[in-house]
Amino acid sequence: MFAKLLVISIGAIFINNFVFSRFLGLCPYLGVSKRLDTAIGMGFAVIFVMTIASAATWIAWQYLLVPSKSNLLYIISDLLGFNLPPSSFDLTYLETITFILVIASLVQFVEMVVQRVSPMLYEALGIYLPLITTNCAVLGVSELNTVVYHYNFIESVVFGFTSGIGFTLALILMAGIREKLELLPLPRAMRGLPLAFLMASLMSLAFMGFAGLSFTK
Amino acid sequence: MDFFRELTKGIIKENPVLVIALGMCPTLAVTTSASNGIGMGIAFTFVLFGSNFIISIIKNWVPPRIRIPIYIVVIATFVTIVKLVMAAYTPALSERLGIFVPLIVVNCIVLGRAEAFASKAKPVNAIADAIGMGIGFTLVLLILGSIREILGQGTLFGNNIMGRTYNPALFMILPPGGFLLLGLFVAFKQLLSKE
Repeated sequence: MFAKLLVISIGAIFINNFVFSRFLGLCPYLGVSKRLDTAIGMGFAVIFVMTIASAATWIAWQYLLVPSKSNLLYIISDLLGFNLPPSSFDLTYLETITFILVIASLVQFVEMVVQRVSPMLYEALGIYLPLITTNCAVLGVSELNTVVYHYNFIESVVFGFTSGIGFTLALILMAGIREKLELLPLPRAMRGLPLAFLMASLMSLAFMGFAGLSFTK
Repeated sequence: MDFFRELTKGIIKENPVLVIALGMCPTLAVTTSASNGIGMGIAFTFVLFGSNFIISIIKNWVPPRIRIPIYIVVIATFVTIVKLVMAAYTPALSERLGIFVPLIVVNCIVLGRAEAFASKAKPVNAIADAIGMGIGFTLVLLILGSIREILGQGTLFGNNIMGRTYNPALFMILPPGGFLLLGLFVAFKQLLSKE
């Protein structure tokens, strides 16, 4: 169990890094990586949201969409006396709509809770939270957990958490480099986005070195 | 006239990828071959077409405070349609695009056009905008995909065009090649545009 979680973690942070290998979350990666302090704030917000979103979407998937004896809709219909088999509650094709609604309402809810409970944390993360709803890394991690890899609950949460760490690692590295490059005299065509892409290219080349790691026995 | 202007602006002048730098994830992730690029572009255009059209029709009934969730539900509906249609009729393509078909929901371009354009425009103009932006997006994907496929595999749409002796540059179909090529693309666009 522990070994499998370790493999998932190292895979999510280094080997299949969300930014460099899966191409998820590129908009915030390029948009918020101009300064180190905003990159750190955004990074922690993403780790936080990806972890709880993994948990919430896994629960929604398992107990609302997948047909089984423990499907909530099946239990309700059973209580009401309809004699339908569990297989008639297969709603897995609705996973996109369900996940995006769960994530959007979760982010809204977290924002309100954080604002009430810890104004200091809200000060630090607040402006990044609404942006994260439309971060494809969050929906991506939910889809990977359920539809693609069929992880169980603990694996999903660990995968969400460590994927967030992988994203934050990439974001902070990039922000550190871009701050240093800001004053570089460059031809007009290369300023801004093109240079960021070239840096991302070199960094993803470096991260491909981790692809040599293999965990098969 | 209006229709034509809305249609053409998305192709070069306001190209969603090269100019506004939105929708990067599918642009880089699926362009390992030309046919992937086209497939993704068509799926994306259909979603944008449907969501722009519906949103421009319902714009007067949408309460401004909860407009974003409503837009997302509309977009997610069309994405689900596309996903099911692709899984039924083009299973191989749908397999290759993987999670990037459902991820059209959070593609910044679709929500961006809904918010910035379709929520204020007439349905006819919203359709023109969607088709134009869709063509612009598909073109970038097609060109990126073709270049990466030619250099990285020596083929185009699966046909060998570089000759037998060509030694494919695997780098181009791996992630770093994607970043590099898109970076050069944007640089080229910035070089051409005179402020």
